[in-house]
Amino acid sequence: MNGVGTLFRKEVLRFWKVAFQTVAAPVMTAVLYLLIFGHVLENKVEVFPGVGYTSFLIPGLVMMSVLQNAFANSSSSLVQSKITGNLVFLLVTPLSHRAWFAAYVGAAMVRGLAVGAGVFVVTLLFAPLRLAEPWWILVFALLGAGLLGSLGLIAGLWADKFDQMAAFQNFVIMPMTFLSGVFYSVHSLPTVWQTVSHLNPFFYMVDGFRRGFFGVSDVSPWLSLAIVGTSFLGVAGITLRLLATGYKLRS
Amino acid sequence: MPQSTVAPAPAVCFDAVTKTYNSAQGAVQALAGVSFNIEPGEFFGLLGPNGAGKTSLISILAGLSRASSGRVSVMGHDVVHDYAAARRALGLVPQELVFDPFFTVREALRIQSGYFGVKHNDAWIDELLHNLGLSDKAGANMRQLSGGMKRRVLVAQALVHRPPVIVLDEPTAGVDVELRQTLWQFISRLNREGHTVLLTTHYLEEAEALCQRIAMLKAGRVVALDRTVNLLAGTASTMLRFKTDSALPPGLAVAARVTGRSVQLTARDAAEVEQHLATLRTSGVKVEDLEIGHADLEDVFLEIMSSTANGSSATLPKLQALAAVTP
Repeated sequence: MNGVGTLFRKEVLRFWKVAFQTVAAPVMTAVLYLLIFGHVLENKVEVFPGVGYTSFLIPGLVMMSVLQNAFANSSSSLVQSKITGNLVFLLVTPLSHRAWFAAYVGAAMVRGLAVGAGVFVVTLLFAPLRLAEPWWILVFALLGAGLLGSLGLIAGLWADKFDQMAAFQNFVIMPMTFLSGVFYSVHSLPTVWQTVSHLNPFFYMVDGFRRGFFGVSDVSPWLSLAIVGTSFLGVAGITLRLLATGYKLRS
Repeated sequence: MPQSTVAPAPAVCFDAVTKTYNSAQGAVQALAGVSFNIEPGEFFGLLGPNGAGKTSLISILAGLSRASSGRVSVMGHDVVHDYAAARRALGLVPQELVFDPFFTVREALRIQSGYFGVKHNDAWIDELLHNLGLSDKAGANMRQLSGGMKRRVLVAQALVHRPPVIVLDEPTAGVDVELRQTLWQFISRLNREGHTVLLTTHYLEEAEALCQRIAMLKAGRVVALDRTVNLLAGTASTMLRFKTDSALPPGLAVAARVTGRSVQLTARDAAEVEQHLATLRTSGVKVEDLEIGHADLEDVFLEIMSSTANGSSATLPKLQALAAVTP
């Protein structure tokens, strides 16, 4: 196996060896969200015509799990290696910045998609779901996982201690995912909050992903694709630049 | 066939390397223009007190840090512009006892091989494990190993891609005698087989026993660079050791190394030994357990470090003159 393949495999093995913590636990959390919110709101809210609230909620929870776990994988791996010092094993290798990016982001996508698939399979037990335009599901799951995996690398490079990483996760990633329409349609919000939601790129990931299930969405999936795709390219470009310059890696 | 007259590239080349760190207290110069070569096949020692710049220099060599100015190459490959080839040629045993807690010893070594694109490496991994006394730990998780065992794994990780140049940054700090012997036997064998070794250590007897040439760093500058035998010959070669409860006369006190009751005095020849003894006798100093022996590298090191204090180098003209010479 070549260098980038080895790093990718090692990053996948790293989370797979603690799969209860990195895969099973987030699936359980998403199912609890579904049970509680679905039970309380099932007969009170109808976001899309003919779609029950629990069914509406499932794609949002799947996408939230994909995004949060993709971010968690690359960010926690890098910051742990930096703080414990074992990043030196990687720093002395001939691997290029592109190889680092491909391996870390690739493994983050695998974890995000594994957790997302787990949430999807388990939640199917609770509500019926159809796949109206499945290609959108694939496109937004891959792009969302890639974007958050890349963002996780930036956070891992920036953070010097676990406290800073927790701040990034709790004050940036969590609010952006929760305020992206996972639990509601932005059309149910007051106008000002609709406008704010449209400034959040996470909204377009969730909306485009949900489009794949129901065939309806708050905005055009092509607009979502353009915004999410541009965001991914922008974040990936910044990440590659930081890796190439050795930002907080090579003093 | 015509013979090439081009000299082979040095195994390691430091050319006017400087390094300045910016901190909250201002700029700190760790390296102030370091230049020397290490030839292929050499066992080379890099010595200096804490903060002399040894680890900064090694970090630049291994690509962990970047020089502020100057050039560094490994086997002719620039560590910045041709970093992939330079890093393939180098194996670094880091000073810190670091490990990845997710993997077993064998997994860690396979992963490290893979980073360098080395496939089907289990035969060499088994040989490394055997030579470093790790065969029965191959399946153990890194967390389960003692400090000494973790240190052995660090050595194996540095050697897993068979680099021609091996850098050991204080590899025996805080480890037991058994590991030191195992390690030096193996590293010496690799050196005999043609590997170049760069060693930093605080154990000067190790450097004296192993290194063919030695550079001494102080405050980011090379203050001595020569063959080990020349360094030993270039300083006071005789050492007078004794124990006493009395205070030394002022003339000797300034030159003596005193540890509790033990006193060491250097002398250039027998006449100076006699002179020291006469001074002690006339001062009424009662001497016990008197020994006369050869100076070791520790004595050379201390003499050089003290003689270059405050930028002075007057007492070591020979060493200074040799500082820019390679063998």
